Amino acid sequence: MNPFRYAQAADAGSAVTALLGDRGMRYIAGGTNILDLMKDDVEQPTLLLDITHLPLRTIDAGPHGVRLGALSTMADVADAAPVKSGFPAVSQALLAGASPQLRNMATIGGNIMQRTRCAYFRDVSQACNKRTPGNGCAAIAGQNRNHAVIGTSENCICTHPSDFAVALLAVDALVHVRGAGGLRTIPIGDFHVLPGATPNRETVLEHGDLIEAIELPASALARNSVYVKVRDRASYEFALVSVAASLHVTDGVIRDARIGIGGVAPKPWRSHAAEAALTGRPPTPETFAAAGVAAASGMRGYGKNDFKLTLTRRTVVRALEHAGGLA
Amino acid sequence: MIDSRKPTRRRFLVRAAGSAAVIAGLHGARLFPAAAAASVTIAARGPQPVTMTLNINGRPHTLALEPRVTLLDALRERLNLTGTKKGCDQGTCGACTVLVDGKRVNACFTLAIMTQGRAVTTIEGLANGDQLHPMQAAFIAHDGFQCGYCTPGQIMSAVALVNEKRPTGDASVREWMSGNICRCGAYPNIIAAVQSVAGGQA
Repeated sequence: MNPFRYAQAADAGSAVTALLGDRGMRYIAGGTNILDLMKDDVEQPTLLLDITHLPLRTIDAGPHGVRLGALSTMADVADAAPVKSGFPAVSQALLAGASPQLRNMATIGGNIMQRTRCAYFRDVSQACNKRTPGNGCAAIAGQNRNHAVIGTSENCICTHPSDFAVALLAVDALVHVRGAGGLRTIPIGDFHVLPGATPNRETVLEHGDLIEAIELPASALARNSVYVKVRDRASYEFALVSVAASLHVTDGVIRDARIGIGGVAPKPWRSHAAEAALTGRPPTPETFAAAGVAAASGMRGYGKNDFKLTLTRRTVVRALEHAGGLA
Repeated sequence: MIDSRKPTRRRFLVRAAGSAAVIAGLHGARLFPAAAAASVTIAARGPQPVTMTLNINGRPHTLALEPRVTLLDALRERLNLTGTKKGCDQGTCGACTVLVDGKRVNACFTLAIMTQGRAVTTIEGLANGDQLHPMQAAFIAHDGFQCGYCTPGQIMSAVALVNEKRPTGDASVREWMSGNICRCGAYPNIIAAVQSVAGGQA
């Protein structure tokens, strides 16, 4: 780890102002991602601004939903009764991620900011356009079994590692951010961006922006949500493919649906095609199979990850069977 | 070990770039009032060693450490508390598991400077004199280790599992102990040890 200075933030406003004045300064909360990257010399901040003393470790539930303070830990949120009952996919996704130790440390604000697990990104001797724009992507012709099959570009085929963010897609979550212009609200589907020509840019946030809260709006859709994760071992592993599915069914017809997919794209992937294949149809195996096919349409493998197309179809069906009461 | 070197305390003024105050939107330039007050003073310390007091196993320890020193390295290299092990040093093996304010965490991903004012418990803090903690005794009784390198982390994690009142069936114990890797493969005996203590408390 490079030497750095350390300070504690007194309040959110001055924290944002401090970062706006210094590109080398970074926030630290749980530390599970940035310290990992600093040990590999991927991140080399000159000052870490500790935000853990800000009053943002809160969970407020009401009739309109739940507001999660950004410093709430993964464990805090996974165990919160109003999250379990109103947003089951969110609790399930959190419990499917990391380890008990890491979930006690990692905050939910940091979770949606975490960076890819691509081994080439984390090895500074390898080519990576995300780490060093313009120096190439070693993954495209390399060990790409864990890499993306949709939303990629010729510059980057990494996957986004968050389970939680995939579940947030299925419940229409909102991200509340404080920045240079004060507070603003970003729908989770607009929060992450695809690599395109600038894989170093992963979200719409600017340097200095501080996530203050994640809001989960109450809905019938969110109450009937599930998270299914497929991985190489039973626990403590990143997704090969994961699916967050939510269904609102009345009178035998799917009125509304959300399909979020993890492990397949450089950002938490929302499949509008799968949602369109579900809406207005009965919750039957045939409908779910069609949604699986729609979810995998437009996907392409890079050799070692070709299996993810089939796995996506099947994982979408499995998640829908659970959400639709067929499992 | 006490180190009384003086803290390196720097105060510095941060000025936001002038361009941050004016952001061009689709409908022309807008001035954000919040960005107008564009400087703030924060107290930063380091990168040289700074004095801090850590509460380890109920005792205060005053040390001079660089901000980049992890709790794991502070325990092992400065306080001679080598029971907490360094395995992967990247949050994947669990050998460095300690309790901070009663919650299990990875000491390798914890900056020592961020644990000031918090209570740290290591494997050395579990026993009461010569009387082992029940989880330590259970690991011996059930032969819950082979080489022993992962054992302190396994025991700290198991103590937390019991405190968290997790279900004690085989599948649940495996899931809630999944942050601790044992390369010798002593898992069946580790599960038995955990269940013997958790079951006794239920």
